[in-house]
Parts: sequence; C-alpha cells; structure tokens
Amino acid sequence: MSAILPLRLEEVSYAVDGRAIIERVSLVLEAGPSTIILGANGAGKSVLMRLMHGLLAPSSGRIAWNSKGTRRRQAMVFQRPVMLRRSALANVAYALKVAGVPAAQRERLAQEALEEVGLRQAAQRPARVLSGGEQQRLALARAWALHPEVLFLDEPTANLDPGATREIETIIKAFDAAGTKVIMSTHSLGQARRLGDEVIYLHQGRVLERAPVDRFFPQPASPEAASFVKGELPWV
Amino acid sequence: MFDAIFSDARLWEIVGLSLAVSLSAVALATLLGLPLGAALAVGRFPGRQGLIVVLNALMGLPPVVVGLFIYLLLSRAGPLGEFGLLFTPQAMVIAQTVLVLPIIAALARQAVEDAWREYEEQLRSLGVEGWGGALTVLWDIRFSLLTAVLAGLGRASAEVGAVMIVGGNIDGVTRVMTTAIALETSKGDLPLALGLGIVLIAIVLALNAAAHVIKEVAQRRVG
Amino acid sequence: MGLMLRVLLAMMMFSTVQAQARYITVASTTSTEQSGLFRHLLPGFEKKTGIQVRVVALGTGQALDMGRRGDADVVFVHAQALEEKFVAEGYGLRRFEVMYNDFVLVGPRADPARVGGGKDIVAALQKIQTAQAPFASRGDNSGTHFAELQLWKAAGVDISRDKGPWYRDTGSGMGPTLNTAAGLNAYALTDRATWLSFKNRGELVISVQGDRRLFNQYGVILVNPVKHPHVKQDLGQTFIDWVVSPEGQAAIADHKIGGEQLFFPNAPRAR
Repeated sequence: MSAILPLRLEEVSYAVDGRAIIERVSLVLEAGPSTIILGANGAGKSVLMRLMHGLLAPSSGRIAWNSKGTRRRQAMVFQRPVMLRRSALANVAYALKVAGVPAAQRERLAQEALEEVGLRQAAQRPARVLSGGEQQRLALARAWALHPEVLFLDEPTANLDPGATREIETIIKAFDAAGTKVIMSTHSLGQARRLGDEVIYLHQGRVLERAPVDRFFPQPASPEAASFVKGELPWV
Repeated sequence: MFDAIFSDARLWEIVGLSLAVSLSAVALATLLGLPLGAALAVGRFPGRQGLIVVLNALMGLPPVVVGLFIYLLLSRAGPLGEFGLLFTPQAMVIAQTVLVLPIIAALARQAVEDAWREYEEQLRSLGVEGWGGALTVLWDIRFSLLTAVLAGLGRASAEVGAVMIVGGNIDGVTRVMTTAIALETSKGDLPLALGLGIVLIAIVLALNAAAHVIKEVAQRRVG
Repeated sequence: MGLMLRVLLAMMMFSTVQAQARYITVASTTSTEQSGLFRHLLPGFEKKTGIQVRVVALGTGQALDMGRRGDADVVFVHAQALEEKFVAEGYGLRRFEVMYNDFVLVGPRADPARVGGGKDIVAALQKIQTAQAPFASRGDNSGTHFAELQLWKAAGVDISRDKGPWYRDTGSGMGPTLNTAAGLNAYALTDRATWLSFKNRGELVISVQGDRRLFNQYGVILVNPVKHPHVKQDLGQTFIDWVVSPEGQAAIADHKIGGEQLFFPNAPRAR
C-alpha cells in the first residue's frame, strides 16, 4: 500500500453563490514538514482544509492524492470537537470500528490512544461532560488511534485557554515526531512559530506566500503577509 | 362507583388489551419509522422535499379514514380477506401502526436532520457513509426521539375511529378503553364512561411518567 | 431494544393464542347488544359447546352488508323484509324466527304533541307531524330506523318530503339517538330493551306503547357458504340450532332488567 502523499492541488477554486472563497490555489504537499496554513479570519483557511480533506468538492480544478483509499489514511480535528453520547473510550473505539479494526483489538488500541493524550483516567466518563480541552484531546486520541498518514487540524485551539492550548500543542508535536504529516490552520502567529516547519499564507482565498518558518516570520515577502505579521490585519 | 369499576375483571381485561394493542403498534411503528425518518433526513434524492411534505401531512391522517381503509383491505370481500384478520386485535394493531408510523417518522426526520448538521462533518471525516451515519446519529439522539415515540403512543391510546371499525368492539375480544367509553356513552351511562376516561388518562400519564424517569436515569449515564 | 422486541413478541403470541379458539362471528344490531342480551345468553352457549361467539354490533343494514361481504358467519337482526331479501338474493341460507320485542315511543314529560298514554302509534305520529314537535330519528339504516319509516308511511306522512327542522336525523345508534332526544326534549322511537337499560333519560318517558304495529321480530340467518366458502357452517349452524332450541329460548326469556322481561322467544316448535 503506497503512501497517499504527496497531495496535489491544481488550480483549485471554490465558490458559493457566485462568491469566490478559494481562488486558483495550486499546491503540492509532501510528507515530512508540518505545514501551517496561516491567514486572517475569513481568508478561507477552513474551506481550504475541508477541500483538502475531501469534505468539500472544488468548483473547478483538481485535488489528487498519490494513491487511492485515502479516507482511512487521514484524519481531521475540528475547531469544535464532536463527540457521540458515549464514554471517551467508546468514542475512540467507534472510530476504530468504522476503520474496520477487528472487535478484539479495539478496546486495547483505544486505551493506548487515551494513554497517549493523558486521558486514561477519563476513559469511562461520558465524553460530552469533559471540558473543552479534554474533548479536544479526546479528538486527537481518536485520530491517533487510526495512525493516519495526514492529520488536518482546523484552528484546534481557537476556543481553548492557554493551559489547554499548550497540552494540545504538545500532542500535535508528538504526531509530528511520530511521522504523521501535520497540516494545521491557525491565525495565531505564536502557534505557527511553535509548531510549524513551513507556512502557507492565505489571503482572500489566494495563496500569497509559502516559505519555511524561519524565513517567513522575520521577513514575509508579500506586503499583506507583512501587515498581518505586524498585527495590522486582524480580519479581511 | 370507582370501586365497582376497579373490581370488575372485565375492566382489567379491557385495559390489558388497550395496552397490548397500542404498545404493539407503537413498537412496530418505531421499528419502521425511526430508520425511515433517519434515511429521509440524511438522504439526498429527487423528490425528497415532496416526500417530507407528504410525511408531515400524514401525521394528520384521520383515524376513522385509516380504519375504513384497513377494513376494506381486510374484509373477506377485499384483497387481504383470506387471512381472516378482520375483527381481531391484530387488525387493530395494523390500523394503529399505520396511524402512528407517520408521526414517529416525521418527528424523527426533523430531529435527525437537526442533529445531522452537527455530526455530519465529523462522521464523514471518520469515513462513515450516509446510511451508517444516519443510524449512528439516530442512536446518539435516542433520548430526544423518546418524545416522538410518546407522541405516537398518545395518538394510539387516544383514538377510537380506527380500532372501532377494524376491531368491531367485540365484547371480550376487541373491546378497548376508547371503544368501551364510546359504547357506554351511547348507552347513556355517562358517569361510567367518564370514569373509564379517567382511568385511561391515568394510565397514559403513568406511562409517560415512567418513560420520563427511565430517560433521565439513562441520560445521566451517557451525558 | 432487545427488551422491546421480547415484549412485542409476547403480545403477538397472546393474540394468536386467542385466535386459535373455536369461534364464530355474529353480525347483530347495537340495540340487541346494548340490551345486554348477548352477555346474558352467550356464556351458557360457550360453556356447553366450547364455541366462542364474537358479536359485532352495527345497524341492521350494516350487519346484513357484513353478511353480504362474508365478514360474518351468522346475522342476527330485526327487519323481516330486509332479511327475506337477504335470503332471496342468496346471501343467507335460511331465516329462522327467534324472538320479538316491541318498540315504544318515548317523549318529553311535557308532551307538546299530546300523545302521551296512547295506544295508537300511527295517530301519535300524525299528531307529532302536525304539531311539528321535535322528533329524533336514527337515520342509520337500522332495523329500528326501517320500522320508523314504515310507521310514517302507515301514518300517511311522506317523511322525506314533510320533514322540517323539528325532525332530527342523527345518523347514529339507538343510544346516541336517545341521548339527543333527551337533550332536545324530543320524541323518539326506540326498542323497549334499549329504553329499559338507558340511563340518561332526562325528561323522557314512554308516550305510546302496546300497538300491534310496534311489534319487532328478530331473525337469525346463516351466511351462505356457497357464496362464502370460508364461513364456519357447522359452528354457525350449532349456534342457530341452540338459539331456537328450548334451552336457548328459555335463556332468552330469562333476560330481565329490573324484573322486566326484554325479549319474547317465538321460534316455531317443529322444524
């Protein structure tokens, strides 16, 4: 089974009711570096993530993975975690069941995933009574259990306090260290610097710039990115 | 008068049959209606909106019309006459199922559709496809579906038109609370009819209370 | 979920057990059933023969229609002309006379048409029509309704032409019609049996009784198995034989409300 990366986007556009949200984006995403999609609110980050993950179909252009059968090989964590009305353990086990993992192995793998994110104590608690940060960690555990090749994260800490944010970032780094390709959108410069290897700067639906983190932040090439980094463009 | 009512073994026979018929009908309608509602909520196909409108309208099916229709089907002179189902409790269950099915399906459709907005992205991300997703959501919102089921139970235990026509109100065989009340009213025994009515309401109230308690207890366990 | 299925199965089995009993379906009239006759009569028959008798009570017209459709094994009604037509058309095998009771005219104590205490039903109806006093009719194709129409005809009244707002066509059974009559203080034609067990009389009393024209004959007929092969001919005939037998006839005479006999058995002796 060959790798699903690289992911190729060719002249991808997405429009709703005539309004262009993503305009002619062409990208190749390779395995290895963690990629940050950076941009102001309304730049189109969430839509771009969903296009890449396959939840939306482009209005024009092509999105192609390297091989077929990609649904099981990628996972996504959303800004607001969606949990079933079951225990934390059962939520992870559900994802394993959908992925076709045999019943005998599911509980053990789910326990390991909970252990990995520090939620072992919460295994039997109803998922929906966990705090926001705990639920997001649970979402990451759910993704971890599947050992995906690609992990998409759409502003995963936007609703969390700094403590919970730190916990989440630690787990994301663990994914990266384990070899998963991390593709994350954020509007937080600090987070981008902490977690990213490269930055793709999105402005009004267009990719303006792509550069390694060390080169982007001291000196963004485009004027819009420069303004954004300086804090002058909080919205579009 | 209440002593006279309650000591009558026939009353308990009638109560038992009422519960058996209505609960059976609701169980059947739930079994069929929940998946139907979920499929309609999640599926996308031409004519879907029209089907939703029709299903909602069927919630208002007049019981006496359903009774008449089932009667014509089950009569010996009708297409299904050979089964000899007319004037049996089974016929009453069939008629009430037809009445209750649209209610449960339509309410489930709305509940699942609302919940689908919350769950759809995450489920599709995990690789859950349409039908599997519908069932997962259906199970996840089961506590709110209870209201739909109770609405169906209310309709079934309250109606008289359908069970009267297809059951024939036969003493000791197909007489239920509502048809007994109709009979006593027509005989002019209004106090007895009223007494039976109070018993019926009390039973339905008890069923709803029990359902509520069960739901609260279960819900606490899963958040 | 599993519990639900098990309960459902138990209920279905309960009803199939019922279905296995030997039984016949008898189409009869609401007035007969509401008089309590069947509740009095049937337990003896069922104990003796083990045959359960399931009575569906409708109007005479509907009961005969049930027979025509084959939804009943036996019909037990009170409208001789309609019954004879039923047999003549081949829907019934043979008509047996069983019992009779009588109709009475009930009306408000205040008696606006001045018919109280009379013994002439035809004269009474003429007076009611002249006075335009309120009258509640069943209007439901029943034996009682049929008898009422015959009596209007005998009184020389073309009721379909001469009826006015005073004539209330309720389209319902004997009980509901009496309810309406009590509520409106109207006259009504009713069988004595229903009247004796009717509890919501209001201001109504018996106004006219004893006229030979108020005589109401009951007949019992087996639905023709040639037309409807599924009819339970043996069981049905057993019931008919019992009802016209000395034992059945005695049971009929034995049915009383407040000490008063409701039905008078008159099946012919020899067969």
